[in-house]
Amino acid sequence: MEITKEMVERTATALKLEDITKRKVLTTPWQPKVQYAWDDGPAIGRYLAELKNGRIIARTCRKCRRIMIPPRMFCELCWRPSDDWTFVKDTGVVNTFVISHVDWKAGRLDIKGGERPLTPAVIEIDGASAGMGILHMLDEVDPWQIKIGMKVQAVWKPQAERQGAITDIRYFKPLAPERKRGK
Amino acid sequence: MGYRRVAIIGAGMTKFVRFAQETGKELAYEASKMALDSAGLDLSQIDCVSVGSAPDAFDGVHMKGEYLADGSGGWGKPVMRNFVGGGTGVMNVIHGWHHVASGMFDTCLVVSEEKMSSAFPHPAGAFVTIFDHTTEQPIKPTLLWIFAIEMNRFMNAHGYTKRDIAQVAVKNKKNAIDHPCAQLPGEITVDDVLNSEVMAYPVNRLDVSPTSDGAAAVILAAEHVARRVCEKPVWIDGVGWALDTAYWCTRDLYYPDYVEVAARKAYEMAGIKEPSKEIHIAEPYDPFTYKELHHMEGLMLCKRGESVKLLNDGVTQRTGNLPICPSGGLLGVGNPISAAAVMKIIEIFLQLRGEAGKRQVPGKPTCGLAQAWGDLMQVGTVVVMRS
Repeated sequence: MEITKEMVERTATALKLEDITKRKVLTTPWQPKVQYAWDDGPAIGRYLAELKNGRIIARTCRKCRRIMIPPRMFCELCWRPSDDWTFVKDTGVVNTFVISHVDWKAGRLDIKGGERPLTPAVIEIDGASAGMGILHMLDEVDPWQIKIGMKVQAVWKPQAERQGAITDIRYFKPLAPERKRGK
Repeated sequence: MGYRRVAIIGAGMTKFVRFAQETGKELAYEASKMALDSAGLDLSQIDCVSVGSAPDAFDGVHMKGEYLADGSGGWGKPVMRNFVGGGTGVMNVIHGWHHVASGMFDTCLVVSEEKMSSAFPHPAGAFVTIFDHTTEQPIKPTLLWIFAIEMNRFMNAHGYTKRDIAQVAVKNKKNAIDHPCAQLPGEITVDDVLNSEVMAYPVNRLDVSPTSDGAAAVILAAEHVARRVCEKPVWIDGVGWALDTAYWCTRDLYYPDYVEVAARKAYEMAGIKEPSKEIHIAEPYDPFTYKELHHMEGLMLCKRGESVKLLNDGVTQRTGNLPICPSGGLLGVGNPISAAAVMKIIEIFLQLRGEAGKRQVPGKPTCGLAQAWGDLMQVGTVVVMRS
């Protein structure tokens, strides 16, 4: 048996976007508004509380000797409870990054109009085990000058504005070299 | 061996399109009916139904397995839905394989359906909840980022360029010209890819598979049934799947370890020692250009860092020694998530039977592989098939 054009001709009918937007076909739109209140658990709870204090905390596993960030109450590799809290630095290294022209809904940013692309990155945190990173944004740097391996540091919100959230760190910016150039 | 041998004995699929007028159930019906007809069976000869569909958030239909059951011929039958994100399509076939291999059922209708265009105007926003609600969602991430993040790491690790990787889009979209169900076939150039809109560097528009609606289905049968009702059964000789941790920021994304784990399980079961020689044809998951190469390496179809060389040398063309995505892949045929991966299973089924029409690769391949990938860059699903 071969799957032929004739066989599939009537299986699916493609509408055009304008068939929908110009109401050539009937549609029933639904925009759900849902709200959740998520529990963060003891590990992330402490992580957020320490972010509010302007510092980053990790958990250690004495078996594999990893210093884990984000902190977790169990080591997923050793499959046992993690052991101790330990503070790590608020500096790190860019493990990988993106220069995004789209927002979270795939809406286009106005790049031509001068809007700065979003530059999310995985940042390996100094003091945590090698390769242990978090997702955060980079800023105060030309997006096209970002390099994997670049050293960066956290830019914190002022203490009064911190809420115990990952966004208490506004973003990460390049460490020393950029600062020198600025002065 | 604690299980029975299982074969694929029939296949069917709809066209893959954007904004299908048909409902998900109707698409599932078309694919299922075609699969039954191709196997020469009717629904009364089907013992159970396995339904695969990726996130409910696309369709806005909760309990989509139950919703799709009647379109999938599941009325009054044992029906079970399975889900591992983008890996669902190949997992669905593995899931059906379990039902038959276990001895519980002699036949299983495996149906995958997806309507991504119900999340209007774009399904990207429906993905935000895959990220950790406390540590990641406040950063407002989008699905494209995880691909861009992984692609950048992959390029950096091996010194690959965007120009190298763009060739995957050129190859797959060209292959799709010969696929009757294809949504985005075409002759494009590497420069077309590089000059297409920047979505999220290093990902350009033509590095990305489209948003699609569609369905695909296969019929599985135990050996004694397959030999009786089918002249050219294609045997499922190896299955494997694996999940990695959801702490994706703490793994090195340049290499998909979980795909390797899944592949090793499937190869061991199929008695494959040297995959690059014993696998004649493969359909690795290609929702983005670099993923085809990333997965070839994870599947050990080449050494780490050598996939681009195979691409450059034409080895992965339909006429090459190891044709990769001869169907046209997700980049060319389209990407109704779960159905797209069953499309890959169907392609290997047809190729091994010599029934792929204009897409038929030369050299009478007898062993092929289909693979899918998904969740938070953490699942690999692999099926090895032989004629």
